[in-house]
Amino acid sequence: MNVQAFLDTLPYMGLGMLGIFVVTGVIILAMYALNAIFKEKK
Amino acid sequence: MDVLNQMLDVFSNVGNITWQQIVMWVIGAVLIYLAIKKDMEPTLLLPMGFGAILVNLPWSGVVDRYYQKVAGGEILLDPVKGKELFEAGAEGVSYEPGVIDELFGMGIANELFPLLLFVGIGAMIDFGPLLSNPKLMIFGAAAQFGIFMTLSLAALFGFDLKDAASIAIIGAADGPTSIFVANFLQSKYVGAIMVAAYSYMALVPVIQPPVIRLLTTKKERMIRMPYKPAAVSKTTKILFPIVITVITGIVAPRSVALIGFLMFGNLIRECGVLDSLSETAQKVLANLVTLFLGITIATKMQAEQFLSLETLMIIGLGLVAFIFDTAGGVLFAKVINLFAKPGNKLNPMIGAAGISAFPMSARVVHKMGLKEDPQNFLLMHSIGVNVSGQIASVIAGGMILNLIG
Repeated sequence: MNVQAFLDTLPYMGLGMLGIFVVTGVIILAMYALNAIFKEKK
Repeated sequence: MDVLNQMLDVFSNVGNITWQQIVMWVIGAVLIYLAIKKDMEPTLLLPMGFGAILVNLPWSGVVDRYYQKVAGGEILLDPVKGKELFEAGAEGVSYEPGVIDELFGMGIANELFPLLLFVGIGAMIDFGPLLSNPKLMIFGAAAQFGIFMTLSLAALFGFDLKDAASIAIIGAADGPTSIFVANFLQSKYVGAIMVAAYSYMALVPVIQPPVIRLLTTKKERMIRMPYKPAAVSKTTKILFPIVITVITGIVAPRSVALIGFLMFGNLIRECGVLDSLSETAQKVLANLVTLFLGITIATKMQAEQFLSLETLMIIGLGLVAFIFDTAGGVLFAKVINLFAKPGNKLNPMIGAAGISAFPMSARVVHKMGLKEDPQNFLLMHSIGVNVSGQIASVIAGGMILNLIG
């Protein structure tokens, strides 16, 4: 068991999850923008 | 007597069989059994199972062989040691290429096969349910938690950072992403990682329900979510793959190949003028690549490399990744529900569909919903979350490569 290695990877966990949520947030905004700009014609 | 000696000579290779190779034949047979009898990811597990037998025959001609000249002839070297000696230019060491290792070099070492497969997968996916309710995408992100949890746990158990990251990517629940990342990070555990990734994907209907039940109450599982799809224009569907590629590519440049090929396949599907190519990508291309992918991966299932404590640990850590992915999605939905108005609450089970593993995970959630309440149809929501998991898992792969690669 390498507890120090575990602790060393925690910043990757934080950064990685933060990065995914940020990119996902941007993609969600992009999807709303696409839907708003290119509405389905009735 | 001469005839007898000649016959003994013909069968002399029997003496080269090791118990480790026999264990690998059994593992290969189990994979073939699971593929045929249990219908577990047969397109991958069957070729991998057969490949595991092929590469573990003594003096197998399908893998690279390294020989050392000695007095009176040549001896076969251990593949890893032989490769090191050959590359170091050791005297008297020769090399004979094997077709599966050649395929590995041409299709996996350069990440070609997983990327080509992604074109087919992209062409298969309809992002419509996600586009009609974009906020579902957030669950795809939450359900990648298992990747990073497993990264830390693998490091705790003594794997170096790159191997830990390669093992963690099993949690992407997406074969091509796992192969791409593990190979990019040059992990020596690619074989075990692939076996774990594809096995657990097939076992999603077994793994996810107990985790979901553990984290939710019956009342939560019965929450109804009416499906009111917003109309999505054709232009939006065409621009979506382009926009996603640009956004993801700018933030995580190393994921450009993965997301780019996935979205290229989707663009072919949605453009409306390449139906023939779309159909080819979905069927012929995906089938052809899959055909060779499994058997090629098997080169990493040679007994000397595969039979180790590390392999068992990787199989265990892969399960942990899937469990924490599921938990991440479900718990995130529960957190959102804390702030949601009554009547707007989400059924937290849909969060579990964010683990990619398309479309098994969406089906699991839908079935669980129906079991609790036969009038509760969660399929379209869970499909939306599930396809977002496909994108999020690629982003997670890109993040891993950016942070650790």
